[in-house]
This record gives sequence, C-alpha cells and structure tokens, in this order.
Amino acid sequence: MARKTKSAAIAACMTGALVLAGCGGGGPSAGGGKISDDKVVLAVLNDQSGVYKDLSGPNSVEAVKMAVADYQKKYGDKAVASDIEVISADHQNKPDIANTKAQEMYDRQKADIILDVPTSSAALAVAGVAKQKKKLFIDVGAGTTELTGASCNKYTFHWAYDTAMLAKGAASQVKNGGKKWSLVYPDYAFGQDMNKSFTSAIKEGGGTVQQSIPTPFPNDNFATFITKAASSKPDVIGTMAAGGDLINFVKQFNQSGMRDKATLAVGLMFITDIHSLGVDQFAGTTFTDAWYWNFDKKNREWADRFKEKTDTRPSFAHAANYSAALQYLEAVQRAGTDDSDAVVGELEGKKLNDVFLRDGEVRADHNVIHDTYLAEVKKKSEVNEPWDYEKIINTIPAADAYEPVSKACSL
Amino acid sequence: MSAFIQYTLQGLAAGGFYALAALGLAVIFGVLGVVNFAHGACYMLGAVVSAVLLDVVGLHFWPALVIVPILMFLFGVLLERVFVQWLLRLDVLYNFLLTFGIALVLVDLVKRRYGVSGLPYEQPAGLRGQLHLGSLSLPTYQVFVFAFSMLVCVLVWLLLTRTRIGMIVRASTEEPERTRALGINVNRWVTPVFGFGIGLAGLAGVLAAPFRAITADMGGNFVIILFAVVVIGGLGSVLGAVVAGFLVGLVEAYGQAYASSFSQIAIFVLMALVILVRPAGLFGRQETA
Repeated sequence: MARKTKSAAIAACMTGALVLAGCGGGGPSAGGGKISDDKVVLAVLNDQSGVYKDLSGPNSVEAVKMAVADYQKKYGDKAVASDIEVISADHQNKPDIANTKAQEMYDRQKADIILDVPTSSAALAVAGVAKQKKKLFIDVGAGTTELTGASCNKYTFHWAYDTAMLAKGAASQVKNGGKKWSLVYPDYAFGQDMNKSFTSAIKEGGGTVQQSIPTPFPNDNFATFITKAASSKPDVIGTMAAGGDLINFVKQFNQSGMRDKATLAVGLMFITDIHSLGVDQFAGTTFTDAWYWNFDKKNREWADRFKEKTDTRPSFAHAANYSAALQYLEAVQRAGTDDSDAVVGELEGKKLNDVFLRDGEVRADHNVIHDTYLAEVKKKSEVNEPWDYEKIINTIPAADAYEPVSKACSL
Repeated sequence: MSAFIQYTLQGLAAGGFYALAALGLAVIFGVLGVVNFAHGACYMLGAVVSAVLLDVVGLHFWPALVIVPILMFLFGVLLERVFVQWLLRLDVLYNFLLTFGIALVLVDLVKRRYGVSGLPYEQPAGLRGQLHLGSLSLPTYQVFVFAFSMLVCVLVWLLLTRTRIGMIVRASTEEPERTRALGINVNRWVTPVFGFGIGLAGLAGVLAAPFRAITADMGGNFVIILFAVVVIGGLGSVLGAVVAGFLVGLVEAYGQAYASSFSQIAIFVLMALVILVRPAGLFGRQETA
C-alpha cells in the first residue's frame, strides 16, 4: 500500500509540475574594400526540425540557393559578388539560440546577411544582433509588427507579412458581406496581437466584432468555444489558432455544422497547413496569403523550378526568402560592394518587383510592402492537381495592404 | 437556458471521452501500481497508427477501432516484457521515470518519421452531421464518442468486478502473497493487464483521430488533463475515472462558456480542491492516502 501512496503523491505532484511547465509555451516570427573576405555569405537561420520546418525550414535554404544561381546567371562575369556561399542553422524557435547562432554567423562564418528567422521573439533577438554588428537582417518568417515598429533599426528589413497585414487582408471581406465577426484567439502574445489587429481592421472596414474569445494555449477541446462564438450569429468566425491547435479547431468546427452557417477565417495559414489536414477539411475557409504559387504564369514557372529541387510546392515563405536573397544581391550589384551601409542605401525607398514582390516598395520603416491576397480554400472537386488549393478572391494593393509607417520607429 | 443545456451536453460528451482515455491509466495503476507517463504517447500512437493505416492500406475508421487497440495491446505486452517488469519490484519512481523516457522516445520517433505538420484523417462514414433535439444540436460524432466511451467503461468495470478474471487480477494486486498461497500464478496476470491498459490508450487515440489534430505532440498536453482526471477520481479507481472524467468535462465546458481565459486552470483548481478535502481522490481508498 505504501507504494501506491507514493505513486499517488508523485502523480499529483508531476501533474502540477507539468501544468506549470506547459504555461511557458509560445506559438508562431564590410569594410572599405569591394567585397569583404572576397566572398558574400548568405545565412539562413530558421526552424530546421520543429513546427515551422515544413512551411519554411530546409526548403527555404534551397530557395535562397535558387536566388544565388539566378543572380550568377544574370550577371555572369560582371557580377560584383563572384563568390557566394549559402549557410544555414537551426534556431529551434528559441530566442536565446537565435541570438547565439546569429552572432556566430556574423562573426565566425562571416555572414553578410541573415535571412528568414520565424518566431517573433527569435526575430527580435536577431534584429538586436544585426544592429549591434551593423550587418543586414531580412526577416521573412516572423509576424510581429515590432520589427518595423519600436524595435526597428537601420539594418533590419521585414519582407513578407506581419500581423497587421494579415488582419487587413482578412478584413477586406467585410465588403463582400462578412460584416459581423466573432474572434477566437489563443491567450498569449501572438494571439493577443492578432486579436487587436483584427478588431481594429474589421472596424475600419465597416464591420463589427461581436465577441473576442480567449482560449488556453495549447488546447485540444474547442467545442464550447465554437458554440459560444456562434451564439451571436456572426457572418464570419475568425480563429487565430496555429499549428496543431488550428487543426483541432477546424476539425471540431466542421463537426459542429457551423460551416454551413458562417465563414471560417483563419488568421495565419500556410499552404502546408492545408496540405497536411487535407483540402476537404478547410474548404471555404478564407485567409490572407502573401503569395500563391499558382496565381499566375510567372509564379507557376518559379514554383516548377522549386519543385524540381524539392519535390514539393512552395509556401509564401519559400518564395519570400528567394525574393529577399535576390534583391539583396541586386543591391550589392548596384552598390558595387557588400558594405552594409552601402547596401542598405541601395535598398531604402526602392520600388522592387520580382516573382514574390508585386508593386513592392521598401518603406522608410524598412517594412517591405507589396500586393497581398485574400484567398479561399477550394472544394475538393475544384482541385485539379496536387497543391492546387487556393482561389484568390481579392488582390489587395500594396498601398492598402499594410498599416501606415509606424510612429514608434525611428531609424 | 438552452445555451446552458447545450454547454452541459458538450461537457458531458467531452467528459465521456476523458473517462475512456483515463481508464487505461487507472487500470494500470490499480493493478500494477505503475504511474504510466507514456499513456499520452500511447494515445498519440493509436491516432498516428490509425492515420497511417488509412493512408497506406486504406483501413477505415470502423475496422481501425478493433485492429489498432489490438496492435497497441501487443505493443503494451512488449513494453512490459522488455522494460517495465524489471522495475516492478523497485521503488515506483523507477517505472515512472522509465515510462516518461519511453514517452519522449516515442514522440521523437514519430516526429522523425512523420514530421510535425500533422496527418490527415477522414470523417468516419455514418457519423457525419449533427443530431438535433429542439433548439439543441450536437455533432453526431461527439455523441458517438460519448456513447462508445461509456460502453467501454461499463464493460471494463464489469470485467474487473463481476468476472473470475477480474477477481483474480484484483486479488493478485491487493494480496499477492495470499493469492499465491491459494495456487494462483500472480505474475501471469501482470503482463496482459499492462497490455490492456495500453490498448485502451490506443483505443482513445483511434477515437481522437477524426476530431483532434494527429501530431506527435498531441499526447503531451492531453496526458496532463488525464492525470488530473485520475487524481480527482482516485488513482486506480475505474468508477473514479468515469465520475472525474465527467466533472472535468463539465468544468471545462462551463469554463469555456463563462470564463474563457480560465477554462483550463479551472480543471486544476478542481484537482487542488479535491486533494485538499480528500487526498486519495473522490473514489480512492483512504488508506492509500
């Protein structure tokens, strides 16, 4: 009996300890010579093994290599950067590891630029290192507006998306009839940020937010949250859940029969999410996409080349990493050097266009704005080939897609 | 008022599932005295195996409901023979650490093989749509999970209390020496009981596949709630697991409806209160406290 007593005590204690441990979890963020060290080094720092591996990860390294090959092909002997190396590391979505790796990349591996860095806290850490070392950092994977707000600096650029842009895109469906909204968001930094952005964007667009419901994170059972969100009879139910929680939410949303009564809008979704859960479960769901591989001929050609290398279709993060690396090399070409200040000068205020950036512009706060899209997930019967999952409903012009330049940012 | 009844029904439905998922944990503890921290990982394995079998050999939900628990039973037998049995005579901490380690290994192996994004699973045929009762409606699948879970809980309870096998198993654990003296081979029963508990975890995993995300991490958070369930119910008590499953389901549903931010914390507040008043849990025997 004594044994059982002890077991009972252990079980109780460990349950408590694990609960506490679970609370800490968090979601999805040269010198005077011509070329320093005779080599331009592009470093991709992202999640190579965890939750964001599929949506960016190793395939973003491939995308950056594609940009290098395209640059070399375009300029041949005239290329300012004749020797280019691409390196990568896994930051495991942890800010402390991101910090250490970034220092190592800039100092020891002679990186001239760091790319990607999903997870907002990790991205902010790397932005700090970039500022200190006076080396470039182009963030693709993280969503926080802080990067171009209070934490902005001369050497940091934000390329693909941020929470404000996601909200603006989703709120654009107010004019398609989605006036009344219920929002369900995970109760931690990213979720609260998204809830705030969505609420103000929907109000600006002329809609109303009837309810904002916080949920624990992570969470398995959303049944009652969904009933509650539906109780005010909204046109649109918006969820800010991501990863496994998003899948839990969508499966239970579909079973509840709400799909026939309200549109489901997802705050942040990647095409890899649709692929993993199956297009049927997401059919009719709307979300903001920064880029879609099957949008036009130009995107498709690039996606075909990407597929040859990786055997999969690109997410917007893959395309954005390609674009960021390419525009960096173009800036080096224009500047005639990889000196950080000179390259920053060649990027600032520039209008840019490539396969990812449509009507792109590097703003004063270093937010790189471009056309974005309101997308709807196709029905299974409309899917013509693997990864053919999205219908683009609206193109949101770059000028309307982002919040105005933040007053909190002074470079 | 109808909203309140709706929330109550949802709480009961969720509670039934919690009861079933916690049942294996209660059985293994009640019989072997092992705190099986690999229970969440085995639940995950049940779901992952269902999804993989559907993808590879086209095995649908209904046959999976039978075949996957049997596979998990065999897996449990293997675990017990290879690892758990050697530590049964030592302090309970050893098996606790062992199962914790096994959980970590299982989760990482699944991550390695199937990645992190989650596996797709179909809605089982015949269980789509909703059941309506006046202004109330519940997903058909949720109602099925509730009914099926209750059936299994009752069967297990009958098996343990009303059959000769159950009697031998209970006698073997309560009074191993005296049972031996009566000519019963006590050790023979330990392995199948462990396998049975793991099989139940696998069964909960199959049931979870259509309405939960199938990822390597799905058991990590879930096992915490399950431990709350068995601690509230009284470790080792089948009846306790069922009653506590309902309590936790209801507390969660009311929390989600009326105090969204606190819905998960409420479960652990309940656990703390129960332990304060009845240290052995609602249905735990006092002498074990």
